[in-house]
Amino acid sequence: MAVSTNSAGAASPARPASPRASQSASPAPSVPPGTADSDAARGGKTVLGSDEIRRALTRIGHEILERTDGGKDVVLLGIPTRGVPLARRLAVRLADTEGVRVPVGSLDITLYRDDLRLRPARALGRTDVPGSGIDGMIVVLVDDVLFSGRTVRAALDALNDIGRPRAVQLAVLVDRGHRELPIRPDYVGKNLPTAKRELVRVSLTETDGEDAVTLQVAPEVGQ
Amino acid sequence: MNRHLISAADLSLADAVAILDTAEEFSRLAERPIPKLPTLRGRTVVNLFYEDSTRTRISFEAAAKRLSADVINFSAKGSSVAKGESLKDTALTLQAMGADAVVIRHSASGAPHRLTRWVRGSVVNAGDGTHEHPTQALLDAFTMRRRLGRLEGLRVTIVGDVLHSRVARSNVWLLRTLGAEVTLVAPPTLLPVAVGTWPCSVSYDFSSVLPSSDVVMMLRVQHERMSDAYFPSVREYSRRYGLDGDRMALLPEHAIVMHPGPMNRGVEIAAEVADSPRSTIVEQVTNGVSVRMAVLYLLLGGSQDPGEQPVTSDSATGPAAAGQQASRDPVTGQRDLAGSAVRR
Repeated sequence: MAVSTNSAGAASPARPASPRASQSASPAPSVPPGTADSDAARGGKTVLGSDEIRRALTRIGHEILERTDGGKDVVLLGIPTRGVPLARRLAVRLADTEGVRVPVGSLDITLYRDDLRLRPARALGRTDVPGSGIDGMIVVLVDDVLFSGRTVRAALDALNDIGRPRAVQLAVLVDRGHRELPIRPDYVGKNLPTAKRELVRVSLTETDGEDAVTLQVAPEVGQ
Repeated sequence: MNRHLISAADLSLADAVAILDTAEEFSRLAERPIPKLPTLRGRTVVNLFYEDSTRTRISFEAAAKRLSADVINFSAKGSSVAKGESLKDTALTLQAMGADAVVIRHSASGAPHRLTRWVRGSVVNAGDGTHEHPTQALLDAFTMRRRLGRLEGLRVTIVGDVLHSRVARSNVWLLRTLGAEVTLVAPPTLLPVAVGTWPCSVSYDFSSVLPSSDVVMMLRVQHERMSDAYFPSVREYSRRYGLDGDRMALLPEHAIVMHPGPMNRGVEIAAEVADSPRSTIVEQVTNGVSVRMAVLYLLLGGSQDPGEQPVTSDSATGPAAAGQQASRDPVTGQRDLAGSAVRR
């Protein structure tokens, strides 16, 4: 199940395209959420189970090895909260597959967000750059969901203040479309066409007690 | 978090821990080649200092600049205050210039509280008279937590001129919130009348409390605020309430010695103690910048007006953002409460 990574940015999922999405989100985005609420299950629909997440990460691990000459000079940086355990898991995959030990860290982007002023101040996540630094390395940013691309933009700004990597790549578990910036992922676990109003929720054992990706309709705004 | 930081007593446990945790992250950023963040770009922080200060003003200035805020320094000397301008008129001037935060030090207790009525931005108390100095207490708590790993159950002894000390007052309230046990040691003349109502115990025998102290905080003898004779002689004070090498030997092995500065070496603290590895005096200054960055970030980093909450579904950046939204909602509620409390 090779997913073409380059098509990810071009996907235009304003209308539900796949059968899976159309089941949970039959109303178009313009329909008021009141009707959607009665249709969609409260807990949301599971679109990836733990087996699928495991296989997706294994494949991404292989792709990273392919694209970086066996993981040479690679640093995995997870974006908190859920990018961090994903980065750790990918590091384990790389070690299991080829025996390479790549440094893993975390990169908190809160202080670089472009929407800080729109909400009360947020708690900061942990930034933990491996001792080897990132100068001249290939940094693979790891996040759970790619949506507007604003998080990744903030991460690129944050990287800029830490050092000068040779290249920056992006690995995401789910690409749900609706990009607002010219950013595309290099490695994608699953392309998930969604309506803008829907919520993609990633649960991981490390942070939430189980592995799952669910799709649910966002509650009415303004609460 | 309230919109202003006037008193350590206003901080809830959650607020205090949030500030300390945020400061922890900021202190890690200081090790970077570029220790500068774009977070408060375009915000203006005014340092309004009616009293002399070196470390607090510089510390606030460094903190604001590391967060890319614009900093305007105002000291009473050489300003219109020397011509007799009132605090209110100065405040209205600052308001007209669009200050997002005013950091104020004033010799009158309660001046920062008055200021909250006259400016629209956040007010941060950097020391008011003999009332409070909350960021000093926060950096002290931060230093204790870093050195000793916890705050809950710590036995903290604060020694010296409690009567005139805003540092002691802020520390007593903050440490109580954080679960530490505070003992004040001072000559009876240098304790406030109402000290019995404070959430701490009092002792007049310094040496007897040392063996059971995890932290000893020495206060400066504030000669500039002493118009009466509070003790017979500096030498007697120093002998009964000063920390010298012999007294330091009574402390448990892990205990630390703190001082908010500036020190009177040889009066409340001996040089050999101030320069010993147990002393955290230099560390406190370093930590002060991180703690003040955390305070400025938490006060100014988000939306300032609780009314301007945006429509979130379109600007959300994925499930993480959605999850955060849900967990932040109570905080938003708290901000509303804080806002109305201030208006009252």
